[in-house]
Amino acid sequence: MGMKAPRGPLMAETATTLPPTQRAPRVDVRTMLTRHGAWIALALLILVNFALTPNFATWQTLNVNLTQVCTIVIVGVGMTLVIATGGIDLSVGALMAIAGALAPLIFLGKLFPLPHPAIGIALAFVIPVVVAGALGWFNGWLVTRLRIQPIIATLVLFIAGRGIAQVFTNGNLQVFNLPSFQFIGLGRVFGVPFQAILMIFIVALAAWMLRRTVFGRQILAIGGNERAARLAGIPVASVKQRVYLISGLLSGIAGLIVIARNSAADANLVGLGMELDAIAAVAVGGTLLTGGRATVIGTLVGALIIQLVRYTLLANGVPDAAALAAKAVIIVLAVWLQRQSHR
Amino acid sequence: MAPLLTMHGIDKRFAGIPALRAAELVVERGEVHALIGQNGAGKSTMIKILTGYYRKDAGEILFDDNPVEFSSPQEAQKAGISTIYQEINLVPYRSVTENICLGREKRRFGLLDWPAMHAEARSLLARFKIDIDVHRPLMVYPTAVQQMVAIARAIGFEARLVIMDEPTSSLDEREVRVLFGVIRQLKEAGVSVIFVSHKLDELYAVCDRVTIMRDGRTVQVAPITQLSRLDLVTSMLGRELTQVLQESHDANLSNRDGREPVLEVRNLAAGRKVRDVSFEVGSGEIVGLAGLLGAGRTESVRAVFGADRPDSGTIAFAGRENAIAAPSDAIQAGMGFCSEDRKLEGIIPDMSVRENLTLALMPQLSRRGIVDETRSREIVDRFIKRLGIRCSGPEQRIRELSGGNQQKVLLARWLCMNPKLLILDEPTRGIDVGAKAEILGLIRELAGQGLGVLMISSELEEVVEAASRIFVLRDGYTAAELTGEALNERSVMAAMAHGHEGAPGAAHG
Repeated sequence: MGMKAPRGPLMAETATTLPPTQRAPRVDVRTMLTRHGAWIALALLILVNFALTPNFATWQTLNVNLTQVCTIVIVGVGMTLVIATGGIDLSVGALMAIAGALAPLIFLGKLFPLPHPAIGIALAFVIPVVVAGALGWFNGWLVTRLRIQPIIATLVLFIAGRGIAQVFTNGNLQVFNLPSFQFIGLGRVFGVPFQAILMIFIVALAAWMLRRTVFGRQILAIGGNERAARLAGIPVASVKQRVYLISGLLSGIAGLIVIARNSAADANLVGLGMELDAIAAVAVGGTLLTGGRATVIGTLVGALIIQLVRYTLLANGVPDAAALAAKAVIIVLAVWLQRQSHR
Repeated sequence: MAPLLTMHGIDKRFAGIPALRAAELVVERGEVHALIGQNGAGKSTMIKILTGYYRKDAGEILFDDNPVEFSSPQEAQKAGISTIYQEINLVPYRSVTENICLGREKRRFGLLDWPAMHAEARSLLARFKIDIDVHRPLMVYPTAVQQMVAIARAIGFEARLVIMDEPTSSLDEREVRVLFGVIRQLKEAGVSVIFVSHKLDELYAVCDRVTIMRDGRTVQVAPITQLSRLDLVTSMLGRELTQVLQESHDANLSNRDGREPVLEVRNLAAGRKVRDVSFEVGSGEIVGLAGLLGAGRTESVRAVFGADRPDSGTIAFAGRENAIAAPSDAIQAGMGFCSEDRKLEGIIPDMSVRENLTLALMPQLSRRGIVDETRSREIVDRFIKRLGIRCSGPEQRIRELSGGNQQKVLLARWLCMNPKLLILDEPTRGIDVGAKAEILGLIRELAGQGLGVLMISSELEEVVEAASRIFVLRDGYTAAELTGEALNERSVMAAMAHGHEGAPGAAHG
């Protein structure tokens, strides 16, 4: 930018050796698509719906879609952080089931006698989330101390977790009606579902954390180049450990939301298939599945896209099975776009 | 009889950069032929062209009097050229037989003929006097046996030329002797061997002739007994001894009296490559670690930095002994380390110049875990200016920078921590000449301000020029300490070749 007075011959030389002026536009379209593809897709989907879907522009529709997407986004935030370090967490759905099975046992007084119902409700929030967090920490322990590949390490709880939840409940469906607990899934603040507020809070906090804190930088550095990160003094094991812990905690919260919404806890169903939904949201959102580049907001957008596609198809009379196929197509498209940017 | 293999006038370019220029290699029938050269001299490219891994741009290859151009390693193998790589690439969980017969299973009525395969494996191993149970999984046997199995597999019954690429790097002394026995047997059976190694002792022990490569050219071919170690090293590094002039050294650089030692390493042993290494670095001093490839230079400094675990010895840094268990300890104590492989262990490619530069400083740049962006920007701006890092701005991704500028960012990563000691492993590798001079100038300037620098470089001229003291490593031992008058390229090369009185292995040659 005019720092030095350019000399004639040199200028000519650089002009001939550097032809990016011609190539630039093509690259720009590509980078724009890969960087903002998720936002563009979301905008298009909303526009299509305004045109096609009856009663789309209502509070009702917004609330339905937000509540549908909440748990995926909350779990997806943890998943984003894990994937940013180059790992993956398959146990999230099972951890949701465990948290979901524990909470009713606590507030119904089946686990231990309650001195006061309010205490039961408080503990029903805290204990399941802490337990899920502890199990997440265990995942991290397997990955960092025993050096088991993340996909295998978290497969352990993916398989065992749901079984543990069923042991807690003897395989019984637990039905309840307890508005003060169910506020987390059914409550509203100024007409907005509480779970949506919780989701936005978690997304904002995680996005800020990833951008502005040492911890966030360390996560991305490890995913970007673990060996370099270690040689730069980053405590790789402890960072990974914490990331899995966070993923566990968030899964626990999501588990509570699901049972509160359903007024029932079924260890067989809570969080079933959640790991794949969360990974899909992360991938569609533009986080690099190999680690090193991550966007929490992207995960929110990714989850919204998947949800909106499904909603659009259902609202227009397409059966759910076809909607699943559409979801698969979106995921493939997103991952393909990512690969394009890495050429 | 004509030679078994003649490679003549081989040219190869990668992205326009020549890797081989009219290179030659002639291997006689039944000879063990050493192929040596520095990193990047073109040995591997030559071998990969021969085995069909790469295509040559020009030249011709005659194998057994026929012109050949293999399109894949499998094709070369079929023609009788087998390659044994540095790492054992076999399937550890499968049986010895399966490993030996992998890819050429015997069939009978469409099914695998196990008895025939076991018999073949047994008789093949018997040729090398190896008596093991071929039914057991490979992994139950020691590395040397696995290596033998790999060799047996590669050679099969039909190999006529065997290429061994640093086959001894994972073997201990006894295992090496067994391997040499096998090589001699092959030779007796009329098989030719191309032997790539950096250990000079080994060349004298098994090889007949040697081809020395440098900068993509074949610079010398001779019977190994006609060349001294010094000849080999000189040829590899490309300095005519008559032209080596004693460099005059800056008086204040070579004067280390009264300097406090920052780092003292005594009798360090770590893994297979570091046996007994001692050296020291004073504050404000540039110390070089010299040695051939595989002499244990990188492994020594990695142990010092806490990146690898030392087995024994003392490392005293900043007044404390053996207090470093991990890189983070070393960094906290005031050490910085630029690894030899920028891509693999230095840069975080997707991160910006700013994030890369402040990676190690981050904990100090933050309050309650939140990065102080203002201070971070100030520091980054300062170092971009001071080191002349050419980038579009602090937010540009580091992967888009040239090698020299990436290296400057990595230097800045440590300099911004105000370290007491900076370890630089090949700081000028893969960097253009201009940036090289800048970086070396910078290192000197920093030492002038009291920073201790420990520098590894394969470019001898560079170390001799920069350092006031050089420790020469050879096969994992400190072979010599050179300083003052004795510090010149000639003496360094002599020490790299012969070692020092008292160092094991010096009796040879």
